[in-house]
Amino acid sequence: MAETAVKEKEPLFQFGKKERHLITDPLNDNNPITVQVLGICSALAVTSLVYPSFVMAIAVIFVTAFSSLFTSMLRTYIPKQVRMIVQLVIIASLVTVVELTLKYLNYPIYKQLSVYIGLIITNCIVMGRLEAFAMANKPWRSFLDGIGNGLGYGAILIIVGIIREVFGKGSLFAGSPIELKIIGPTVDYFINTTDSALFGWYTNNNLMVLPAAAMFIIGILIWIQRSYNTKLVDVS
Amino acid sequence: MYTTRYVIGFILILTASVAVALTGLREVTKNKAAQNEDIFNKRAILSAIEDYLPDGKKVSGLSDEEVAQIFAQMQQPVLNMQGEVLDGVQAETVDMAQERKKPEAERRLPLYIYEHNGENFYILSVRGKGLWDEIWGNIALKSDANTIAGAAFDHKGETPGLGAEIKDNPAFAKEFEGTKIYEDGNYVSVKVRKGGAKNRTHEVDAISGATVTSDGVSEMLYRGIKYYQPYLEEIRQSEKAQGLLIQ
Repeated sequence: MAETAVKEKEPLFQFGKKERHLITDPLNDNNPITVQVLGICSALAVTSLVYPSFVMAIAVIFVTAFSSLFTSMLRTYIPKQVRMIVQLVIIASLVTVVELTLKYLNYPIYKQLSVYIGLIITNCIVMGRLEAFAMANKPWRSFLDGIGNGLGYGAILIIVGIIREVFGKGSLFAGSPIELKIIGPTVDYFINTTDSALFGWYTNNNLMVLPAAAMFIIGILIWIQRSYNTKLVDVS
Repeated sequence: MYTTRYVIGFILILTASVAVALTGLREVTKNKAAQNEDIFNKRAILSAIEDYLPDGKKVSGLSDEEVAQIFAQMQQPVLNMQGEVLDGVQAETVDMAQERKKPEAERRLPLYIYEHNGENFYILSVRGKGLWDEIWGNIALKSDANTIAGAAFDHKGETPGLGAEIKDNPAFAKEFEGTKIYEDGNYVSVKVRKGGAKNRTHEVDAISGATVTSDGVSEMLYRGIKYYQPYLEEIRQSEKAQGLLIQ
């Protein structure tokens, strides 16, 4: 794995094959949600709509990337006895930055995500990467690793969000400026179920709005991923 | 291993610098954040009169400046429980969550009087209990202080897909339009009825699967609107007097 420290001299911002893998590995082979099964709590809670999932994904990418960067920069100075506390201070302050920024930029979405922004602090992905990678690697690579893991988390969040919103609400990106209404009982929607001869039977699936639906979807995603990615089957 | 002195020094420097940075950021963003919150709450109140906004706009179509402007033009009396207007308070400064913690007799009631095409709308704020946590709403009455012109509800933690439908499903709030809170001059409020409304003047359909939240809305409306009774009676009397004059 790419998680071993490199000894030889190298440029500060090198972007070679190894660095590329830091970003691409968490998207598939080492996905934080579907392979490591971390960060499930927020993935179940915020994914009923795509737009909040998207904002959440951005927030987590920011926190994983910069907490990895700062932890890695400080790694030789951090006393080993209190390293967890130090990591927590770094994560918590970055999450506070996210919270304040959201309040400043987009208050409605801050209201919608409510406690789950604060709960990024307890998201296992963040601290897991700090312990497993950033404490042993140089800042630039740790930063890429943080971005990669954030992206892996965010990708699953958005996939689950799309499925839940389309089948649960009949819309996409509700609440954002580019809201699309796909299927529903009024004329605003692209497919109008009251007039349509083909879709007259359709009603939104209320299960999709509940967090339980996200668990089923994530389970199915894990199944699909394992059925084509044979590398993962031996791991479990 | 690191010495205890080093550990303490390291932690102190780290936390101090983080604290300074975060306090700085908070100070910079504080005003805008408070303003955003204010506009957010005002939009929630305006969604009760969504059909009567200037130029036929929707709440989401209003800019922040327009929202602030509408509120600047509104009369915003604050009432006590006897229906008297309190001096020197604006309705938008009243925090309903705080008021609900006070004993009933000491509560203050915010009232927004919105004018559209010469007609007055009275927006009342109500607050009660749902299944898991607080629910609240804004009810707009037409100038007869009887017919509901619109309603908007929100909640803190109702179940998505069930209780949360009071906010997420626009059809629920829509049902209240045209219902009346008085029957032959007696206060009856509007009930959320399980199994379908029978009397459309005073009842609306409940949300299936969310009995406790629906009952909570009924209770909140009955009690919340009743608080405004003394004031509403006054309006009704003066409306009646005016009606007689015209006849």
